Amino acid sequence: MNTQSNTLSDSFEAQRAAPAVMTATQPLYWSIRRELWENRWIVIGQLAVAGVYLFAYLISLRHLRSPAWQVPAHHMEMVAAPYDIAAGLMMGTLILMSLFYSADALHGERRDRSILFWKSLPVSDLTTVLAKAGVLLVVLPLLTFTVTVAMHVIMLLLNSVVLAANGMSVVSLWRELGIFRVWTQLLYHLLTAHALWPFPVFCWLLLVSGWARRATLLWAALPVVAIAGIEKLVFNSTYFIALVGRRLIGGSAPIDITHGDMFPLGSMTHLTPLRFLGAPGLWMGLLFAAACLVVAMRLRRYQGPI
Amino acid sequence: MPVIEAHGLRKNFGTTLALDGVDLRVEEGRILGLIGPNGAGKTTALNAILGLTPYQGELRVLGRDPWSARDQLMCDVSFIADVAVLPRWARVSSLLDYVAGVHPRFDRAKAESFLARTTIRQRSKVRELSKGMVTQLHLALVMAIDARLLVLDEPTLGLDILYRKQFYDSLLNDYYDRSRTIVVTTHQVEEVEHLLTDLMFIDRGRIVLACSMDELESRYVEVSVNPDKLAAGRALKPIHERQLLGRSVLLFDKVDRQQLAALGEVRTPSIADLFVAIIGMGGQNAAQGVA
Repeated sequence: MNTQSNTLSDSFEAQRAAPAVMTATQPLYWSIRRELWENRWIVIGQLAVAGVYLFAYLISLRHLRSPAWQVPAHHMEMVAAPYDIAAGLMMGTLILMSLFYSADALHGERRDRSILFWKSLPVSDLTTVLAKAGVLLVVLPLLTFTVTVAMHVIMLLLNSVVLAANGMSVVSLWRELGIFRVWTQLLYHLLTAHALWPFPVFCWLLLVSGWARRATLLWAALPVVAIAGIEKLVFNSTYFIALVGRRLIGGSAPIDITHGDMFPLGSMTHLTPLRFLGAPGLWMGLLFAAACLVVAMRLRRYQGPI
Repeated sequence: MPVIEAHGLRKNFGTTLALDGVDLRVEEGRILGLIGPNGAGKTTALNAILGLTPYQGELRVLGRDPWSARDQLMCDVSFIADVAVLPRWARVSSLLDYVAGVHPRFDRAKAESFLARTTIRQRSKVRELSKGMVTQLHLALVMAIDARLLVLDEPTLGLDILYRKQFYDSLLNDYYDRSRTIVVTTHQVEEVEHLLTDLMFIDRGRIVLACSMDELESRYVEVSVNPDKLAAGRALKPIHERQLLGRSVLLFDKVDRQQLAALGEVRTPSIADLFVAIIGMGGQNAAQGVA
């Protein structure tokens, strides 16, 4: 801005009371709050899935009386499995939530015309887009983590009650499960495999949601299908579609799967943050994600209600 | 010092020219009515002023370029785009929280006291409110912002008479203080007529009339001409002629009022009559041009 315009704005300022002091992060914080109000289904959906699963688990607990439980080797495997399934179920829910959230992120406000209200406030397009990216990268995985931990705690309590009632050892259950190790692994896995690793896919959807007038998911899938089709025809390979698939479900070598143990929370799994952060694929993906966010920000600047 | 200043403002959508070299200057403390037929470029002009659309030409709002500095500009500018832009999923209380959170010049207590005068409850969701109540809510939010410029684009569209009247009454009594500037577009000109200080007609992307209301009163005169004086009246070159209850009503621009008083009953034309005379005339000329 040139000096003349600065003087102009300054002289306008001089006539008025000083505005409230506002930190730079405040609009970002409130924009994230807005996302959670607007997309209450991401909280309700996770709680609903968790509720249904806990109910099913409660019913399954009556099998604890069966003779098979008396064999210690089988015992731990059968007791531990539902905890892993709970975590896996919530990971699946997280993937779906992130997909639908990002596909609607910049579309909803244009569809219901509220973009005109949001743009009438001193919040930049950058802040708005960053808030949406922040939900995908931090808020959603942490939410899933919290819900899963709460599920595990409820399951442990139920499990302990049933075991104690049948005269079995509760202490060994807690010790064998190694629940704190599981939670650490879970948090790491959610933030890497289900947030950072698939982030480019979600940012691509976010970009398309700011551009498409309808059917965001279809428009987003179109180039993927086209590239995969051309690749199949020309090279007779399916490398690209496999790449996108692995990104989406968070299954890739650098994350945390070692010793061929496919389930991320298994006892054979080790956290390998250095290997993850050192993977060129991660940084190429994040570069693509950043480019998508820049375009999404530009798009929001130009877009009005649909 | 102008609040809005534009020179040669142009904007086209494909081959359609929405703004065709608009020059505009709005001083502080004015209430400007921007009036024009559908598709005349009113909303495009407002969108350019609000930084919602890119444009060609020169435009400064409060000394800033709206397109490159929308978010900073919105600290000092408020707008109500039309009645249905508040997010339907939001609770009244969360909207208050949000605006208080992001706007440095928002006075929450003020907004709450405006809302207390209505039947809107803070726990309600926007989707549960009637159209009139949503407008009241939006107005309460906007009036609690200490802005320099308020832009209203068809703010009362689709509201009943009571809500429309209440809207402009609140605006004048509780908001306007001669240091704020208001720009309003509406088709219901008779409702804003008494509160405007300035008037601007826009047609096909061009400003066809820009004057203050004082100027309008001294410049334009409407005469309900006695039948025997009709020829004399027409000789003075009226800009428009219409029939009303069997008498000819002639509209004059810059003709001496004393001289016209001899022809019949003299009065200042309403904005609606002036609009028909000026824009309608342009339409006829254009039609002739095409033919």
